[in-house]
Amino acid sequence: MELVCPAGNLPSLKAAVDNGADAVYVGFKDDTNARHFAGLNFTGRTFEKAVRYARDRGRKIFVAINTFPQPGGFERWQAAVDQAADYGVDALILADIGVLDYACERWPDLRLHLSVQASVTSAEGIRFYHENFGIRRVVLPRVLAVSQVARVIKESPVPVEVFGFGSLCVMVEGRCLLSSYATGRSPNTYGACSPASHVRWEETEDGTNTRLNGVLIDHYGEGEKAGYPTLCKGRFQVGEHTFYALEEPTSLNTLSILPDLREIGVSAIKVEGRQRSPAYVAQVTAVMRAAIDHCMLDPHGYQPKDRWMQKLAGVSEGSQTTLGAYHRPWQ
Amino acid sequence: MVRLSIGPIQYFWERQQVLDFYQRVADSAAEIVYLGEVICSKRRLLTLDDWFTIGKELRQCGKEVILSSLTLLEAASEQGALKKLCANDAFMVEANDVAAIQLLSSAGRNFVTGPSVNIYNDRSLRLLARKGLKRWVLPVELGLNTLKELQEQRPEGVETEVFALGRLPLAWSARCYTARSHNLPKDDCQFKCLEYPDGRMLKTQEGLEFLVLNGVQTQSALTHQVLDQVAELDALGVDVLRISPQSSNTLRIIEIFDMARKGADLGPLAAELLSLLPLGACNGYLVHQAGMDHDAPQAA
Repeated sequence: MELVCPAGNLPSLKAAVDNGADAVYVGFKDDTNARHFAGLNFTGRTFEKAVRYARDRGRKIFVAINTFPQPGGFERWQAAVDQAADYGVDALILADIGVLDYACERWPDLRLHLSVQASVTSAEGIRFYHENFGIRRVVLPRVLAVSQVARVIKESPVPVEVFGFGSLCVMVEGRCLLSSYATGRSPNTYGACSPASHVRWEETEDGTNTRLNGVLIDHYGEGEKAGYPTLCKGRFQVGEHTFYALEEPTSLNTLSILPDLREIGVSAIKVEGRQRSPAYVAQVTAVMRAAIDHCMLDPHGYQPKDRWMQKLAGVSEGSQTTLGAYHRPWQ
Repeated sequence: MVRLSIGPIQYFWERQQVLDFYQRVADSAAEIVYLGEVICSKRRLLTLDDWFTIGKELRQCGKEVILSSLTLLEAASEQGALKKLCANDAFMVEANDVAAIQLLSSAGRNFVTGPSVNIYNDRSLRLLARKGLKRWVLPVELGLNTLKELQEQRPEGVETEVFALGRLPLAWSARCYTARSHNLPKDDCQFKCLEYPDGRMLKTQEGLEFLVLNGVQTQSALTHQVLDQVAELDALGVDVLRISPQSSNTLRIIEIFDMARKGADLGPLAAELLSLLPLGACNGYLVHQAGMDHDAPQAA
């Protein structure tokens, strides 16, 4: 199982490589990727350094160009594909049918991976992208139980990558418009969910309100630690109750099911978090590296170590983790 | 003149309510009717055969009938059902997932794509046209400027449909939020969706009615509506306007859109339309704003 780690800048990329990532995925500094945040991502010179750093150490570099261009902006996505191809990256991670069509026609030898943003959950869906664009790997959305992932792998024409750790999208990726409903900007159109430009933190008499374009996402009482107002992770009122109606602030953590993922034939494990710090990338990469190595050597004796779990909990949203949709009761 | 369609029912209604609804649809001004379950495969009060029966009756009344496919595919049984749907030789299929596109195009069949298939640019549109796309629904988060550009580049023989009225389909999940709101697991949901024929309201802690839970789908609380833009959409060459069914007033809403497309004075119609919606209206997406916004102040 290949370990694929995130990097939003050069220090993070080095942290990923130095701590044992087999591949690092990055994006360019614009809306062509789904982590379009201020101060993040790569431009020409740092990108060149990133590619060299990874390559000199025998690691792969993938470029995520995984948002959905509208006609007026399509050239920017083409330019991103061309730039990545010119630098000889190991793979592009694409979502849009038009961008895939362009990349496959212009760079027929370049390896293409299907992004999670393409929202494909079945072998039939994978076949569409395989037959039309020759994709060589698919990243599955975080909506399938382990048994369902197993069936996709069995029937898929290409190897399958799944998420192993990081912030959890509870909605199927690429088809979630909650953010643009509230702010006008979504991962599909803008490359960001619940964008910082629309976030407001507001001190009140009894605590803190967090708002997204004016909409109250959560209220924190005195002494409660206020979290970022990601739309699907706030407390709302349904019927009589106020609770985390969609999902709690929590991160996905698959350490406890690594042997299952290995057994069903997962080819690569992805870590979420290009927007996170180099320290996060270093810690998570190191833990995942140790865990995967341990699991591959001795799948039957494998047990996640307490100190791994503690380390991952320490960098998780709300300091808690979940198996998400992999585990049926979560659904 | 732009045609009117009735989108698939997004909610879980009692069987008799569904049958009654389509009986009335038969006499409506809508030219196109989309049928089938697009949200949750556990909603089985109507079988595929039932949908065929309803479809054949509507067709006899002069309607164009399309069968809509499930949006989020997870279980093996759902894929089996999809194969059966896509292999039917009576009706064209609306693909709401790329898996359906693959099944239909590899069998050489023409198809429609629903709002949850991501067609954001003309290159995507052209590729799908080569695969058999006959009509596509503009993704709901895209606005008039994008639509205009896409219409200019639209391939020959492909029709454009716009989601014209309804609570917006915003997201899908493995998790059932309606069950969760009753503290029930999805596998034992007790079909709670039946209690919410227009979805279950989610409010902010300040009482703002924000979203609606509809099983594994999340919708807008406000109803997206484009009544003011009907003439503009017609002028852009939009072929079809989609009305998404709500538990009451849908037939009157179709009459209002029918009058609007024929050039009736919009003032009184707009006021009446607002009174027929479960909450308020929004149209922000169409004018490149937040989806929950409205470009014109609304009457209370």
